[in-house]
Formats: sequence, structure tokens, C-alpha cells
Amino acid sequence: MDLDPEDVFKDEEDGSDNEFFQQSASSKEYVVYLVDASPKMFNTTCPCKDQKDETHFDLAVSCIAESLKTQIISRSYDEVAICFFNTREKKNLQDLNGVFVFNVAEREHLDRPTARLIKEFDCLQESFMREIGSQYGIVPGSRENSLYNALWVAQALLRKGSIKTADKRILLFTNEDDPFGGLQGAAKADMKRTSLQRAKDAQDLGISIELLPLSCPDEEFNVKVFYADLLGLDGEDLVQFMPSAGQKLEDTKDQLRKCMFTRRIIRRITFDITNGLSIQLNTYALIRPAVPGAITWLDSVTNLPLKIERSLICEDTGALIQEPPKRFQPYRNENVKFSMDEISEMKGISTGCLRLLGFKPLSCLKDYHNLRPSTFVYPSDQEVVGSTCIFIALYRSMLQLKRFAVAFYGSSSHPQLVALVAQDEIAKAGVQIEPPGMHMIYLPYSDDIRDVEEIFPDTDDDAPRADEDQIQKAAALIKRIDMRDFSVSQFANPALQRHYAVLQALALEEDDIPETIDETLPDEEGLARPAVVKAIEEFKLSVYGDNYDEERDFLGKGKVGESSRKRKTIVENAVKESANYDWADLAENGQLKDLTVAALKTYLSAHNLPVTGKKEALISRILTRMGK
Amino acid sequence: MARNKEKLVLLLDVGPSMHSVLPEVEKVCSMLVEKKLIFRKNDEVGVVVFGTEETNNDLTKEVGGYDHIVVLEDIKVVDGDLIDTLQKLPHGTVDGDFLDAIVVGMDMLIKKYKDIHKGKKRLCLITNAVHPIKDSLEGTKEDQVETIAAQMTAQGMKMESVVVRGRLSQDANKRIMDENDRLLSIFSKQTLTRTVYVDSPTSLLGALKTRRITPVTVFRGDLELSPDMKIKVWVYKRTQEEKFPTLKKYSEKAPQTNKFATHQVKVDYEYKTVDGASKVVPPEQRIKGYRYGPQVVPISAAEWDAVKFKPEKGVKLLGFTDASNIMRHYYMKDVYLFIAEPGNTRAILSVSAIARAMKEMNKVAILRCVWRQGQQNVVLGVLTPNISQNDKIPDSFYFNVLPFIEDVREYQFPSFNSFPVSWQPNEQQQKAADELVQMLNLAPSGKEEALLPDYTPNPVLERFYRHLELKSKQPDAAVPPLDGTLKRITEPDPELFFENKSVIDALRKHFELKENPKLKKSARRLLREKPSGSNDEDGDADVSDAQAVNSIEKALVVKIEKIGDLTPVQDFEVILSRRDSPEWVGKAIKEMRDKILGLLSDSHEGDNHLIAVECIAALRKGCILEQEPEPYNNFLRYLNPYCQQKGMSNFWQLLASRELTLVSKSEAADSDVTDNEARRFFVKTEPKPKD
Repeated sequence: MDLDPEDVFKDEEDGSDNEFFQQSASSKEYVVYLVDASPKMFNTTCPCKDQKDETHFDLAVSCIAESLKTQIISRSYDEVAICFFNTREKKNLQDLNGVFVFNVAEREHLDRPTARLIKEFDCLQESFMREIGSQYGIVPGSRENSLYNALWVAQALLRKGSIKTADKRILLFTNEDDPFGGLQGAAKADMKRTSLQRAKDAQDLGISIELLPLSCPDEEFNVKVFYADLLGLDGEDLVQFMPSAGQKLEDTKDQLRKCMFTRRIIRRITFDITNGLSIQLNTYALIRPAVPGAITWLDSVTNLPLKIERSLICEDTGALIQEPPKRFQPYRNENVKFSMDEISEMKGISTGCLRLLGFKPLSCLKDYHNLRPSTFVYPSDQEVVGSTCIFIALYRSMLQLKRFAVAFYGSSSHPQLVALVAQDEIAKAGVQIEPPGMHMIYLPYSDDIRDVEEIFPDTDDDAPRADEDQIQKAAALIKRIDMRDFSVSQFANPALQRHYAVLQALALEEDDIPETIDETLPDEEGLARPAVVKAIEEFKLSVYGDNYDEERDFLGKGKVGESSRKRKTIVENAVKESANYDWADLAENGQLKDLTVAALKTYLSAHNLPVTGKKEALISRILTRMGK
Repeated sequence: MARNKEKLVLLLDVGPSMHSVLPEVEKVCSMLVEKKLIFRKNDEVGVVVFGTEETNNDLTKEVGGYDHIVVLEDIKVVDGDLIDTLQKLPHGTVDGDFLDAIVVGMDMLIKKYKDIHKGKKRLCLITNAVHPIKDSLEGTKEDQVETIAAQMTAQGMKMESVVVRGRLSQDANKRIMDENDRLLSIFSKQTLTRTVYVDSPTSLLGALKTRRITPVTVFRGDLELSPDMKIKVWVYKRTQEEKFPTLKKYSEKAPQTNKFATHQVKVDYEYKTVDGASKVVPPEQRIKGYRYGPQVVPISAAEWDAVKFKPEKGVKLLGFTDASNIMRHYYMKDVYLFIAEPGNTRAILSVSAIARAMKEMNKVAILRCVWRQGQQNVVLGVLTPNISQNDKIPDSFYFNVLPFIEDVREYQFPSFNSFPVSWQPNEQQQKAADELVQMLNLAPSGKEEALLPDYTPNPVLERFYRHLELKSKQPDAAVPPLDGTLKRITEPDPELFFENKSVIDALRKHFELKENPKLKKSARRLLREKPSGSNDEDGDADVSDAQAVNSIEKALVVKIEKIGDLTPVQDFEVILSRRDSPEWVGKAIKEMRDKILGLLSDSHEGDNHLIAVECIAALRKGCILEQEPEPYNNFLRYLNPYCQQKGMSNFWQLLASRELTLVSKSEAADSDVTDNEARRFFVKTEPKPKD
């Protein structure tokens, strides 16, 4: 694994936090998924989450399908090709045996993913045997070398584009750690040598080859047999590769899915610990709200995109303003003007680095000290050697002493105090759940904090507090409705799911839009279990006594809020007032326009209609209401 | 707006012991009034100072006593003069009596408003409360305070007291302070008083809320534990970022003489077809397109309404879980507060019971929220208990938004244990780090926590409002630098770092940093950032920004070999001034030329034009400086047809307006261009239909 992936967001000042999901075309990634389709991939299964066994082939294919779906949403400029080897049929430009490049209409082999590609790839598992077929490509007595062919085809697919503007990767899925195991003697040595040479040629061209090994239940995938040489792993790398490859089987899918992402640095920052000690950190956006992509305005006649031209017009003279205008703030009866330079000078209060101010116990970080999603920081020795060492030392001290660091992050857009919270690495069954490093939590200023608790004690009495019995009943209730295995982000965003389901259906011109499931609804069945119902009833009884329902009814009627009471009086008055006019008659004779706006509004309020807008709007609303 | 008019009396202690923090008191009070002038013009404010030599207040005339209290400003609608008054607070000579001041302030409010405007009347006391208050004539001091507190509640007044303590009142009498604290706590218990203790000028600036935002509920309704069990709650925002004010655009087109000019700018958007015709498309002919991979899918609003996700309004419990399951860094947004419906005792009790049980069991609740009908998404989040420390305030919950699957990137990072030994800290290094983490303590026991978010003001906003005030008097005032008080937010506290010098030195001794020798290209970046670290090397934190900038430039001189995107003009000048090889001049000019062309061809709706003009100006200056007129003149002659061809006539006009014409003989002897020719260059090429 590469420790310092190429920095893809070179610009430091562009507030690229937001670019997490809207990647620009300049940092593309070209990926060829190379999937072993040998019979062994179909014969070996591994247990999967929902207790059904899944073949290795299905596993690889479903991982790719999932990745394509995220990719079309978040990284749609990246280009992909899907290529199987050890196949019966062949389809590739080089016309090599045992290699099949999967593609759909209106798409080059290596191209951006399209709705059609996703759709057809989803159905691939059913048709695979019929249309592509599985067959060992390397057999004794034959000169064919399907692995060699596959690498050749992949490399040829990646010939497109310059290595400077794009990351080129081959992701190889296989469960065969010794592809030439069936061969003997010179033939074996020869084929091995040519395959390794082919891989090396590709790597020399700047293509990275990554292996996603699938272990069989009875034997672990042994990288050392062949692939260590192919990937060029040695020493440290090999040691690092092994633990991640030797994970437990049930999590294979998770593991694969995680390995398929490359990390993207959002920014490199300097962390000033004290004068003379400044280390280098990379920041990563691990959590950012995913939003439906930006809207493009189209001409509804041609469906072609429109360009938006912005012009600034002086309200006094109507003249067009060319140069960027100054800004002003009305203050003390005059307009105080600011130039853009002054504004950016005001905002620029620090040099853009992170400066350590001190440490505090974790208990000082309150639940309401939050404004935005956190940013992950991880050290790098790429520019300053020794950064990682200091970082690890501080990180371990902070974990052990249960303290977080307070620092000032002087970014140009949001200079802010931040809390750096050390996060210990958490791994379950070989899969990393929480990476080691620190999370930068953006702290609010006093200007951002609102003391809303304090607005309501409008009585002289103390606020009611629950007694011990009520707390006990609540505790019993909490025990009953426990989600033991809850983990953050186990739910899909139903709005986003729906959004893309609709888009996909429309993009493929399908008639019916598939139903999406809202996973975020409460488990009604679980809540209806007798034990839960009992706990709820007991809690209800201890707080509300016997009159829970009555109280609610009472609250519903009697205790209306101040504003709704006010609204009610307004309506009552309006009804009275509006009775002074003969509305039907006025409307009939077109005399509504002779009334004042206030008079018109009485009618609208009395009939529960909106009272906003110009006089004409009010009149037309009244007429509509009267059915004219 | 008007019905929420606040009536505020500032009670400011200006006695001798307060003199050290008076600049901050002046700043925070003028900021308060300044924000009122902008956001709440109708609020009314009065100012009372105590601890002065003189005495001037109504009560002293009416009943006697109440010495050394001066009403600086009677209660009136906020205006600019008030700020002027607050910026020149008198420095008193006598130790003030805060209780007398409170009474004077209450008297002012009562006289002016009788007993109307309940809840809108507020007193704001800033004192260090280190001097004893006078003994009362009848009863104890406690009795006296209680009587006043009762009166305050009866009148519907609120009070906010900021007590300046800690480092700022070290030599004060402990017994008196304790007594005063006890008296002040009576107010907190019996009235709607918020008492805040601050121990640094920085937190004094943040302790007083300078802008009151009327809270608005996000949601009012049921918190559904199950279909049969619902608790009435109101939901508010607990934090929300106060953004830099959006300033309006200013138009200078209107003639100076026009007194009624609004100087406003209207922003107009036109949607045009991209083909050659550039036809404007009317709104009804536009349709929204959504991106799906390379495709853009057009969907009309009506179609979208029919199929989009439409959840029902409501806040539902999904379940409880261990607090350790939710890591702090998953909090996604600003924070909400759930309180039980005010006045609804049963709801308050339910919330209290659940919150306390959650706290005891270390549990949190997971909720699914749809705040409004018609909201197009659901919010998933975690409810954590907020046990109230104040008897008056009911228990409540905090609510933080959690991510969905789509929001999380599961990147894998190498485990620290897997790193080579050279990257791992050894025992001494670890010890040095432990020391640092322990000693650089911002929240030492027994002292107020430093940089508590609740009392730390936003330095950018502070600076903006100060600059605004300065500019209103002096339109060309420069942006004020961050003063020492605000620097405590952006830079380490020199005192704290000095106290722990040995720890820091040990750290520096044990860790060695060096630049990666293999890496050349990023050297520039590091050099640029270095000065910030070396700024206070000599213990002097006040090295001016200008000096820092100079040192950056010096450091850069050696390194820059290419013109970058960030500061092309500066890069160009640096390369031009390199004297280590004669080639640099030619290289700089060529690079700059390419840069300008690059800027022009990459320009989107003219957004690069200004930079390009600056570059051209720099190029021209450079060419004259180096007496190389030819490259510039040729380039300009090339640009002329280029601009016409690409339809960039406004760019050309921009050049003309800056008089970036050909370099003439008088400017550079080698030029073949006469002065006249140079002057006519733009006229000739841009035949404008002028009269």
C-alpha cells in the first residue's frame, strides 16, 4: 500500500472541502477491473453476511457493481473498463484468447460509467455462463497464457490519456495464488517470466497493478508464491500486504470494497507544534454529506444545456458594471464601503497553517461544540522527514492521557479553532473500522452558540425533575429498546437512494421507477413486542399517571401557544370585519379594486388564505376563491 | 421586530482595579451597540458607570446616597454617539459598589417603562466584584440582595453579569470576593440572571453576547418513543455559525451630485443557448437537468414532485445504544437542542427521566427526524442527555446529525504499528511528548478553562465590526491588525509556552525534523510557511505582518523558477530580478507571456481578465525596467487580433483603460515606437463610435 498517494488536489486555497463529491475533470482515474473467471472462481464459495454462500466470482462482480454505482454519482469523470480472463469466449481488440472485455452500446471500452453499463452489468451474473463462459486459460500442453493476455489487454486499454493527468490502475481479482501451478519445467518458467515482464512493462508505463486476493476456506492466499513478484512487493511492503490479505472470510466483501477506494488528500497542511517544530499533515475528508449533483439548466425544446450569464446592473443608472464592484454596509446613516482586498485582508488572520495552542481533557469537548463535519488528519514524511514520528508520539500521549489538542486552523475561508481528537485504530476481524490518526473537529465561537435553554424558565419555581422511580422506569425502557449492534452509517439515505433510482430509470428510459426502501423507519414490529410495550406503559404510568390520554387531549385543545392564539384572534376579527362588505356583489361589479388592501385582507384572513402579494394578486386570489 | 425591542442598561465598573480591562470593556460594549445599530435598530440602551469620582444619577438627587455612580447615557434608541461614549469610558478613582449600580439601573428602567415590556428589560453588569458593597441600614446584605432580586423578578427584568476574575484580580481579598460571589449567586438563583466568570481579556470579549438572535423553533411536536408514547418537545438550534455579513454590492455609476442614489447593484441572470446564436431562453422554456454519469437527465418540476421522496413530518425514536458506539467525529452539522414543551410538566418530567437514565447508563438515542411537512430528506442523528446544572432550567437533550452510508468514505490507512522503527517514537521521545500534552494545559484545575468556545469571540467578526466603525469615521482607514487579546485565539499564549519552556525545549531536542532531500518541487511551499513558525523565535510575538511578508519574499528569491498560478506577478518579478544567470530575463518574459495567454484561454466569462491585466501591467513594467521593449510590444500587437478574434473586446478595453499601451522610445531607448504611436495604439485599433 502506498503511503503517500499523489496529491490530487494541488490547489491549496480553493476551499476544496466541498469538492469531495464534485471532483473536477483534471484528476481522473482510469481503472481496469481484471476479473479471473476461471472455474475455480465459481467453485469456491465464501459465507456472506446474509448467511448465503456466494462464489468468489459473484463476490468480485458485486463489488464492482457497487463501486460503479458510487462512482457514477461521486466520481463520474473517472473511466473504467471491465475485463474478464480465463473465459471461453474472447472479445478484445488484440484478439487474444481467454480474455473478454465487457462493454455496452454507446460506450468505448475504457470510458465513463453509464446508466446502461450499470444496468447490464447488474444482470451479468445470469448471462455470464451463456455468453462469456468460464474455462481455464493456462493448461499443460498449450502455449496460451491467459494472465499474460489479460495484462496485455488491460495495458492496451489504459493507453489512453497521459499519466500526468490521470491515475491508471489495474485491479486484479483472483483466488488463484499460483496461476502456473499446473505446469512443469521450462514451459512454466517461461510463462512465468513473460507474465512478470508484461506486468513490469505496464508498471514502467506508470500503471499501478493492485491485487485483490480472495482466500479459499481451507487455504490462505499466498502472495509469495507468485504475485509478490508480479506486484513488485518486497520487505516492508510484503509484510504490510500480508495482514490485510489474511483477513477473515466473512468480511471479504467489506474488505474488497474498502480496498477499491484510493484515498484522496484534500489538503496538505503544516502543523506548528511550537516554534521550530512544524510537521506535515495530510487532511482527508472521510465524512461529508453526499448531495444530489448540481443541476444543469436545459432548454426544454432541445434538451441542450444553457449557459448562465451574470450581469451587474446599477440600480440608479441602469448601466452595466464591468469591474468587480466594491461592497458596502449601511451603518450610521451612511454606506461604509469595502474593497474586496480589504475584505480578504480582514478574513486572513493567520498563515494557513495549524497552530497548536494547548491541550484539554476530553471532557471539555461538549456535545454542542460542533458546526461542520470533521476532517481526518494523518501524518506524512513526504516533505518533512520526522513528521510521522512526532505525530505518533503526540497521538499516543493524547490517547493515554485522554486529552485533545486545541489548535487554530488559519484556512483562508474559515479561520477557526479546532479540536484534534486522537482516534485509536479499531479493527474487527482484520477489517479496519476506524483508521488511526486524529480527527479535526471545528469548534464554534461564542457568536455561534445560542443559549436557548435559558429562554424559558418563565416561572418562579424550579424546573421539575424526574424522581428516582421515574428514572428507573426510563432505564428499564432504554434497556428494552436497545440497538446493540448500531454502528454509524448503517443506513442509506432514502432521499438520495430515491433520487438516483429515479435518475437511473429515466436515464434508461424505463417506464416504472423501482421502489426504494426507507431503512430509517423505526422497527414497528420490535416496538410492538409485549416486553417493550410493557416497559413503555410502566414509564408512561410513572410520569403521566392514569391520565396520559386526557392530558394530551387537554393539551391539544386548551393549551394553545401564544402565536396560535393570536392567529385565532386575527381570524375572528377578520371574519367580523369582512362581514361589512358584500363580497359577491363587489366581485360581480368589479369593485374589488376600489377597496383598500387592508379590507381585502380581511376577506383573505377570514377564509384562511395567504395575505401576501400585491393588490392584484389579492384580488385574483379572492376571485379564485369565489370560483370566478 | 419592534415588539421585540430590547431595553438594556449597561452597568460598567470603571474603578481603579478595572482599569486594566477597560479597553476590552469598551470594545465589547461598543460592539454590542454596533451590532444593535445594524441588526436591531430599535433597541434602547442606557449606560451607567460606577466607581467614578463624580456622582450623577436620579436616585442620589431624590433619596441621597448612591455615590460615585454616573449615568453616562440615559436610555434611548441606539445611535452612533453611544458608541463614541462607550469608546471613551471615564477611568474612575473609587472602588465601585455594584449593588448600588444595579439599583440605579433598575430605577432607570422602572421610571422609563413602568411595569410594561416584561422580559424585554435587561441589565448588563460588568465588574470584578472584588470590593465590598456597603452594609445596608436594615437587615443583612443578603436580605438586601433578596429584596432587590424580588423586585427584579416582579418587574420582569433579566440580568447578565460578567465577573472578571482570575489572573486579572490576583491581589484581591479572598473573603470579600467570596461574599460578593455569594451575593451574586442569589441573583442567579432567584432571578433570570446569567453570571459568567472570566479570567482573561479574550474571554471577556466573548462572554457578553453582543448579538441576540430571537430563537426560532425548528420543530414543535411529538418525540415518538413508540406509536403509543409521545412526548411534546420543541427543537431549537443550539449552535449555528454566525457568518461574515453579506455585504451589498456598491455601484459608483450614479453621479456624485445625486443625493438619492441608492448605489445598489442588481444582479441579473440570463440563460442563453450555447450555440452561436446565444439566444436568451425564457424561464418557462427552461428545464432542470440532473447529472447521472455522462448523461444529463431533464426532469420537469411537476414530474419530480410526483416521484420524489416525501417523508411524513415527525420525530421518531429508532432505539437506544451505547454511547461508545457513536464516535465524536461523526457529528455532521451544527447542533440542535430538544426541550420539553415549556409549561408542560409531564413532558418536562419525561425528558428529565429519560435524560437522567441515559446519563446513568451511558446510553444515547438514535432518532429519525423530519422537521417540516414537505421536507425532502430525513435526518438521522443522535440524542445525548444535557443534565441541567441550574435549578431553574429543565433537563434537555442535544441532537447531532449522523452520516448515512453515502456520506462516509471508508479509506484504509496503514496502522502506526506497521511503520518502520525509524518512524516510531522511542521511549525518551514518547516521554517528551507525554510531558508536553500534560503541561500545555488549557484547562488546569482551579482555574477557568482557557479558550472555552462559549466565551471565545470570532476574531474575524471582531475585526470586521471594528473596521466598520473605524471606516465610518475615516473612510480610508486600514484594516486594524489583530490586537493582543484576539491574538490569544490565533496564536499560542506566550506566557503558557514560556512557563513550559523546558518541556518544549526537551521536545525540540528529542525530535529532529528535516526537509526531504529528494523533494525539490515543494520546497517553495514549505519555505513560505516557515516564517509563521519562526515569527516568535525570539519570544516576540508582535513581529509585524509586513516583516513576515518580507522574509517570505527573501526566502523565495532563490527558489522560484516558474510562474505559478497563485502569485504570477510576484513570481515574475522574482525571476526577473534573478542575477545568477543572464537567461532569467528572457525566461521570465516568455513564461509570463505564456501565462497570460493561458489565463485568457482558460478564462470563463472573463473571470481571469483582471489577473491577466495585472500580469500584462507587470510584464510592461518589467520590460521597461530591463529595457527590453521588443517582447512586450510584439506581444501586444499579437494580442490585438487575438482579442478581436475571440470576442474579448472588453478585455481590450480594460487594457486601454489601464493605458497599457506599447512601450515607446521615451520609455525604452530600443523601442521603435514613437510616443505618438503609443498613445494612438488603442484608439486606432478600437474605433469606437464616439462623438
